[in-house]
Amino acid sequence: MAWALTRKAGFYLLVLAIILESVFPFYYAILTSFKSGTSLFEVNYWPTMFSWDNYAAVFQNGSFPQNLLNSIIVATLTVALSLLFAVTAAYALSRVRFRGRSVLLLVILSVSMFPQIAVLAGLFEVIRAFGLFNTLWGLIFSYTIFTLPFTVWVLTTFMRDLPIEIEEAAIVDGATPWIIITRVFMPLMWPALVTTGLLAFIAAWNEFLFALTFTSSNATRTVPVAIALLSGASQFEIPWGTIMAASVIVTVPLVVLVLIFQRKIISGLTAGGVKG
Amino acid sequence: MAELVLKDVRKSFGAVEVIKGVSLEIHSGEFMVFVGPSGCGKSTLLRLIAGLEDITSGTLSFDGEVVNGLSPSRRGVAMVFQSYALHPHMTVYDNMAFGMQLAHGTKEQIRERVEKAAEMLQIKQYLDRLPKQLSGGQRQRVAIGRAIVRDPKVFLFDEPLSNLDAALRVATRLEIAKLHHSMNNVTMIYVTHDQVEAMTLADRICVLRDGLVEQVGTPLELYEHPQSLFVAGFIGSPKMNFLNGQFAAKYGASTIGIRSEHIDINETNPMWSGEVVHAEKLGSDSYIFVDIGSEEPLIVRQNGTTNKQLGDNLKLAPITPAYVHRFDAQGKPMAN
Repeated sequence: MAWALTRKAGFYLLVLAIILESVFPFYYAILTSFKSGTSLFEVNYWPTMFSWDNYAAVFQNGSFPQNLLNSIIVATLTVALSLLFAVTAAYALSRVRFRGRSVLLLVILSVSMFPQIAVLAGLFEVIRAFGLFNTLWGLIFSYTIFTLPFTVWVLTTFMRDLPIEIEEAAIVDGATPWIIITRVFMPLMWPALVTTGLLAFIAAWNEFLFALTFTSSNATRTVPVAIALLSGASQFEIPWGTIMAASVIVTVPLVVLVLIFQRKIISGLTAGGVKG
Repeated sequence: MAELVLKDVRKSFGAVEVIKGVSLEIHSGEFMVFVGPSGCGKSTLLRLIAGLEDITSGTLSFDGEVVNGLSPSRRGVAMVFQSYALHPHMTVYDNMAFGMQLAHGTKEQIRERVEKAAEMLQIKQYLDRLPKQLSGGQRQRVAIGRAIVRDPKVFLFDEPLSNLDAALRVATRLEIAKLHHSMNNVTMIYVTHDQVEAMTLADRICVLRDGLVEQVGTPLELYEHPQSLFVAGFIGSPKMNFLNGQFAAKYGASTIGIRSEHIDINETNPMWSGEVVHAEKLGSDSYIFVDIGSEEPLIVRQNGTTNKQLGDNLKLAPITPAYVHRFDAQGKPMAN
């Protein structure tokens, strides 16, 4: 009895420790974002004051709304493009028999193993050559490259598990590959599409290195870079308050997105189509 | 409404040849059943006809037109799969309408055809449901309905009853037979490993073995005049009794076969005798297993119930010698 109780207590203590560890930084950022003046530099763990000054300051900082819009455009288009390419590629890789299919899959996977910094210089040249430097398309292009391997892999695995008879029934009904993908497979793949799409969105939303390198003006910067470049009244002052407020603003959409789509991730969607 | 002709059709997967030269004519409006043990290539042959697999060599023609290179929908075939293969996210109505929608039928046309098919199969009240809300038998009827809606020239069935339980299997079998009668002149090809299904449904049966056609004929032709030991053993339940060695030598053959209903108890002029080792009493008839010294016990059918007990000694003989099938060492029948 006592042992069972200790075990239970131990378990919840561990859970508590993990939650604290992962939530505390974000909690502290929210706390700081509502402080102003010198209280910023006092260490305390409970809300002591509540002011919207920092949030107001962020939005009055000329380019921040523009940066936010840029981030939304870049992340959304990256998700749309990488899902489009990934779904079509996954169909080919999982359902079309051709020579070198598994080699191709491995190459795709190995591409994602290179660290960003290793391809930075080469990618910079490519983007310059295409005339995409300092445009949102440059970012969309490079983010799509980096999210594709993961999306392709996940969707290929998922598509491979879809029953082949469903596809064959559609073929007998006269469906072309495009119709099979859009009207037969996509509805069954919502859980996978939502999950990979969300991860691609988060990756594009938070990306810093490419965003810093491939843009050069405030009008094209995305939020992570904009936050890093926020400056205070003098070069000796780091505006912690506004930085924290901006961070909270960019994190909230992600949290909301995850909460919305979490409910859409329904398992067992394929139940009933085939036997069982 | 199509006549199918297969000429020396072959199919290889890599180095493995699965269909080794099949030539076959399937008449217009015929119910043809492909039957054979698992791995004999019957499903592959059906998939070649459907167009889901490419024919390696040989030709397949519908009404004289070679269709080797045509896609399944251009061939005008519809297929019912063993696992139903319904689209889980579509309602029954949408599942049945899918093919027509792809063929750009008008809304009224589609509705009319779907409702007609649904009525025929008694699934009209389920049109708004999703496949997962239906039982196995209902799902299979939806799959059949989907095939009907497209009004195909050729119906293909790939072991459609294998996933159903025994009672439902008999009921659905009846329904498929009725369907064939009610649809004018539709060619149906049906694959099964169950010879009872083959016997009850088929106009003609094609027995396949190891990628080759073993025999084609009406159910009774196959039953009464098997052209090989394999067909003799495969068609009929219980299995035909096979005797070899000295038992066959008496008839001047390498193997003889005789069906259980063609043997009777014969006290005056017995051919074989032995001890009862097992008796199956099914009510309408009984099967007595008699050990006469052959490899397997001889199965003897008796009308109604039998009073024979385990251990009883029985004297047996064929009802007439004409019922004895004689086979040579190659398993081919010998002239009587």
